[in-house]
Amino acid sequence: MNRRSFLTTTAATAVVAAAGLPARAADPLKVGFIYVGPVGDMGWSYQHDQGRQAIDKEYGDKVVTSFIESVPEGPDAERALTQLALEGNTLIFATSFGYMDAVMNVAAKFPNVKFEHATGYKRADNVSTYDARFYEGRAIQGTIAGRMTKTNKIGYIGSFPIPEVVQGINAAYIHAKKVNPDVEMKVVWAYTWFDPAKEADAAAALIAEGCDFVLQHTDSTAPQAKAQEAGNVYTFGQASDMPAFAPKPRVSSTIDHWDPYYIARVGAMLDGTWASQATWGGIGTGMVGIGEITSEVPEEVKAEALALKDKIASGEYHPFTGPLNKQDGSVWLAEGATPEDGDLAGMAFYVEGITAELPK
Amino acid sequence: MILGGIDIIVLSATLMAASTPVLLAATGELIAEKAGVLNLGVEGMMIMGAVGGFAAATVTGSPVLGFVGGALAGAVLAMVFAVLTQVFLSNQTATGLALTLFGLGLSALIGKGYEGVRPPPTPKLDLGPLADIPVLGPVLFSHDWVVYASLALVAGTWVFLRRSRAGLILRAVGESHDAAHALGYRVIAVRIAALAFGGAMAGFGGAYLSLVRVPQWTEGMTAGAGWIALAIVVFASWRPERVLIGAYLFGGISALQLQLQAAGYAIPVHLLSMAPYVLTIVVLVLLSALHRHGAQAAPADLGRSFHAAR
Repeated sequence: MNRRSFLTTTAATAVVAAAGLPARAADPLKVGFIYVGPVGDMGWSYQHDQGRQAIDKEYGDKVVTSFIESVPEGPDAERALTQLALEGNTLIFATSFGYMDAVMNVAAKFPNVKFEHATGYKRADNVSTYDARFYEGRAIQGTIAGRMTKTNKIGYIGSFPIPEVVQGINAAYIHAKKVNPDVEMKVVWAYTWFDPAKEADAAAALIAEGCDFVLQHTDSTAPQAKAQEAGNVYTFGQASDMPAFAPKPRVSSTIDHWDPYYIARVGAMLDGTWASQATWGGIGTGMVGIGEITSEVPEEVKAEALALKDKIASGEYHPFTGPLNKQDGSVWLAEGATPEDGDLAGMAFYVEGITAELPK
Repeated sequence: MILGGIDIIVLSATLMAASTPVLLAATGELIAEKAGVLNLGVEGMMIMGAVGGFAAATVTGSPVLGFVGGALAGAVLAMVFAVLTQVFLSNQTATGLALTLFGLGLSALIGKGYEGVRPPPTPKLDLGPLADIPVLGPVLFSHDWVVYASLALVAGTWVFLRRSRAGLILRAVGESHDAAHALGYRVIAVRIAALAFGGAMAGFGGAYLSLVRVPQWTEGMTAGAGWIALAIVVFASWRPERVLIGAYLFGGISALQLQLQAAGYAIPVHLLSMAPYVLTIVVLVLLSALHRHGAQAAPADLGRSFHAAR
């Protein structure tokens, strides 16, 4: 294709997309994805790609899916999203928090393209958000870690200090503390979602500080490998089950099940019922799965963790139930109170007892 | 030894291991650039080394063969670059960038079957009583053989460039390929050899990443280490001993900031992460100020294609 015809086609596609000509019934629905890491990260992006493949399997010829992987958060995301829109995708999934402003900008330019943004909080008529209550899984991890730790030090590798990650740190700490009052939480921020070498170094730094549990909120399996090398250190699968590291160091996992949501949203596009909405699924709705608790975990701890899981799933128990204070000692939740979803979605403080300082 | 909550011994030991991949890659790139070739494909060669080394190690069960495989994979990719830029005289900058993209893609393809596989462990060298010396023992004498090999390679590079006839020829080719050609040296052959060495070193460094530092194969796992290696060569003003300082400085700061955090310090991570790059710019400014009337620090024919007119 020479340059002129490229420009013409691009312009033509843009016009078609902007005018929003109804696609002929025979045309398959085009669905695009952007991922923050490679699909082979075996964690976050891998799991989203499983969801994409589930769409293909469910709808067959009626849909064509495509993806762009390793898209950095920032200006590149806007370019990638525009490219997907120009290619005629009418439903686009942007699967990382940092794509939020890029999604809003591109969505304003393509009013007839529907966008789905994972873990964000900005919506528009053609932008939905969806998120999973990862903190519910963290409550279970905290319980297991608090019961099993011998050094009473739990390490946590954070990606970026955003609400989604802070919720996880707080939930893990609260539940570890509940079963083990002596427990201490050490947090290292990697400032990346995916950088195996850095994640491994972060795990090594925590292990050197005496942590015998390393929880991660980054996307690769590098911390698992580092824990395996160190010997008596335990981890949890993050986003994906990470079964290659079971039964030890990985003693359980939080699994993101995007498949049902993706299939439902594509279905809504196909029958014309798609509308902007905010979805926040948890263990109860099946969006958050708890991977097998391995034989390394004592039976009674396993039973306790599973009981907690059932109570969260049925809605009987909320992982953030008062009395809970903020780090500075001020009251956050009174006895028996639970937070509004809106409050949780903007969580920007540690709970009382965590000694580290939350970066701004 | 604890200083301000930071275990200096652990920090120094981590620093050496964390810096080894970029140290190896930067030393290789130094030789290529000294010969007058700018190969921006370091990242691509590193990741090919990472996947090649990982595959070789898991298939043969020998980490040593893994490192050999990694170096070979890097060198093979460098040969693609050599053919394109030295034989077909393509633009070095563009070809180098393409090489990085090609390496990232090809490694992802090759690595598909190796995700979640555990490589054979590379043991720490047993240096007997040396490792028991307080402070120095754990810092200097408790590493795997690759760390020592990387130091030996830096020393060897220094000797080669400064004290050997072959090194003099290589530098001559990089400073003025026309003059070297007029003297009867085979410019293209020297450059291809330098590129092969550069690729092998980058691949060696990549293999260290996937076999020791992480240790596993993950797509895109170099995550920019190759670009840091390129920056270090400039930071070092094309001198091997300064490459060592640069690599340890870059590795040291990244290890330090993680340890500071683990120890509970609230530190401005972004400032620390930025520091090596700011230093590189400062060094560049200083160099151009110092060398205003004399020779430039960069090889004079760096990045220029050579075509024998006669």
